[in-house]
Parts: sequence; C-alpha cells; structure tokens
Amino acid sequence: MVPSPWVVRQVSKETPDTFTLVLDPPGGARAKFTPGQFSMLWVGGVGELPISISGDPARPESLTYTVRSVGPATQSLVSRQAGQTVGVRGPYGIGWPIEAATGRDIIVAAGGIGLAPLRPVIYHVLANRADYGRLTILYGARNPRDILFRKELAVWAKQPDTQLLSTVDYGGVAWRGHVGVVTTLFKRLRLQPAKTTAMICGPEIMMRIVARDLIARGVSGEDVYLSMERNMKCAVGLCGHCQWGPHFVCKDGPVFPFSRIASLLDRHEL
Amino acid sequence: MEIHSLEQIIAEHPFFLDLDPAYASLLVGCASNVRFEPGRYIFREGEEANHFYLIRQGRVAVEISPPHRRPIVVDTLIEGEILGWSWLVPPYQWRFQARAMEGAHAIALDGKCLRAKCEANKELGYELLKRFSQVVGGRLDATRMQLLDLYAAH
Repeated sequence: MVPSPWVVRQVSKETPDTFTLVLDPPGGARAKFTPGQFSMLWVGGVGELPISISGDPARPESLTYTVRSVGPATQSLVSRQAGQTVGVRGPYGIGWPIEAATGRDIIVAAGGIGLAPLRPVIYHVLANRADYGRLTILYGARNPRDILFRKELAVWAKQPDTQLLSTVDYGGVAWRGHVGVVTTLFKRLRLQPAKTTAMICGPEIMMRIVARDLIARGVSGEDVYLSMERNMKCAVGLCGHCQWGPHFVCKDGPVFPFSRIASLLDRHEL
Repeated sequence: MEIHSLEQIIAEHPFFLDLDPAYASLLVGCASNVRFEPGRYIFREGEEANHFYLIRQGRVAVEISPPHRRPIVVDTLIEGEILGWSWLVPPYQWRFQARAMEGAHAIALDGKCLRAKCEANKELGYELLKRFSQVVGGRLDATRMQLLDLYAAH
C-alpha cells in the first residue's frame, strides 16, 4: 500500500491537454501488467490518482500512462519532468479478456481518452496476430486536435486484417475525415457477431450506447466488455470508495462484461 | 437501357433494401445520375429542398454556418447513405448545407416528383416515410449525443 518512487523517463504531449508519461521502476525491476489494469500514481503534497496503463505489455522495463490534465492533481502529474519521481502503487484490477478472446475477432471501441486503456490491447493483438481474428478499432474524439496517438492510428490502419474507423464529433472545413458520433461508424463495420469480442472504453453513456448497439447486432452481452471508472482510493477493495452496487470497481473491475453490469448502468447515483 | 440501370441501382442501394420492385419502378421516373466535383456545394441552408440523394461514391460533409464563424462539419455521409430529408416535410427548405468533400456520385431523386407520386400512391408514401423516419431518427440520436459533448473536460 506504500507507493514506491518511480523515475519519470519521458513526458510527451499528445493533445493540448493530454500527456503520456513513461515511468521506470526503481532498481531496474520488471513492470508486468495485464492490458486494462491501472496504477495509483501519487504526487507528494498533491494527491493520488488511479491511471490506466497505456503502454505495451511486452515491454516491462517501464510503464506508460496517458493522462488528461483536468484539475490540480492531473496538472501536477503531467508537469513532472524527466528525472523526477512519481509514487506508484499497483498495477491493480482485472483487465481486458485477452486470453479468453484468443481466436476471436476483436472490436476495440474507444471514445476520447478511453483509447489509452485500450492501446495495450491493440499492441498485444498486433504482436500476436495469428492468435486473433479480425481487429477493428473504432475511435471517436471530440474534434481533430483531440485525436490521441495520431501516428500510431495511421500505422494500425495499415496492419493486415485490421480495420480502423475513426470519427470526430465536430470538424472544421479543413478536416478530411469522418464526422459524427462513434456509433455512426457502425454502419461501416464488418461484423461476425458470434465470433466477436468487444472491448469498450470511454464516457459511460458512450459505452452504454455502443454496447447496446453491438448487442442489437448480435454480439452476446457476455462478449462485450466495458472499463468502468469510479472513485478509486485504496485500489484493493477495502475502503469502499469505488463500490458500485455489489462490485468494487478497483478489485472486481475496472473491466466488466456488459452482462454482469447491465442493470447498474442506467441507475443514477451509483 | 439507362432507366433499367437506374432502377437496378435504386433497388440495390441499402436505403431501398427489400423494396417492392413495383415501387422501384415508380421511383426511377423521378431519378437521375449526378456527380459533384470536390468542394462543390450540393445545396445550401435556406434553399428550396427539391431533391434527396442516394450516395453511390465519395464523401459528403453536412455543415452548419454559425454566425460570424467558419462552417462546422456536423456529419459526413458516404456510399450507401442518404443525403437530405427536407424535401419530405414543409416548408421544403434545406436546414443545413452539403458539400462534396471528394468527387461524389449519387442518384438524385426529385422531391416534387416524388411528393406527387406519394400523394397518388399512399402505400408508396408510407413506405418512403418509414424509411426516412429511420434516417431522421438516427440523426436525431446522433445529434443528441453530440450535444452531450461527451469528451469535454467537465
């Protein structure tokens, strides 16, 4: 439960308010994680935040986090300089079902910064291409300047048996890509529902709508997974801050099959 | 020959999936092939809405022009989609403007011609209304989601 000091190797700007930090563990330790897991990142005197790991699971020499600066704690985190330290606990939680999804088509559906917790899945599938069927990446951002991992998106789009569909909610006249909410991409989706596993991360209402659209198209609710966000504090299921109905999001999630949480998604103040 | 070809194109367009062939024959009399060069405006807000388009190729931007600002693209449409529903409801004026982002091919259906056919053949009218209701409903849903500004830093 005590954070250990990890050293900031690099901070890079992704969008005007979103940054990626690469942290090295102390003493050259290995930093294994499952895609979808998160760490508690602590900046002394400011606070501790749950942040999903956004890097490559095959590169355990460091851990990568993509953080949107929206308040004092996240601002402090993304303002760290190379060589400074960040307190790290974790990784914690249950991640994406990459083992169970072996042999199946994969849909990765991300909205906004929700692409960050899904990027490790994309790395994993592309590095183990023969183990999976078709990979479809659906990505929605607010506007063109908020698109994350722009260079990688271009690379992923060229990978074999991979379909990348991206959109922005609003575009200027100079924007050449698609405009419309992420669900408008569905009409371009080549879907084999019975052999598809979908992994969704983004604002909760976006996940709910994407999940229901996929289920309406024949994908089983057992095969649709969502990464939930609640107020994680202890990260090990003791404090109860992230309790959501019968679940502790930090310990039982953050990734849940839709079928397990469907009844909770519409309930206010949970 | 050309009429037959248009009929086939209309019948095979996703918007008209499973349409009674008799209706396709009726529609073809109101249809014509059109092509739009990149950057060309297909229609502008406030103009009389007398057509809708079955997009066959290319990408079309649906735009709105806020006062004193550059136009904002609020939707893009591609092959297999429908452009325009204002021809169906009074006052038959375009609510937005549409621009070909790249060279676009479409089948234009004359709204005045279709409205006359729908008045004469209520079953055709109901069939078209059902299909356009889905388009309008889908766009209303999408617009509501856009209004939520899901990805903003709240």
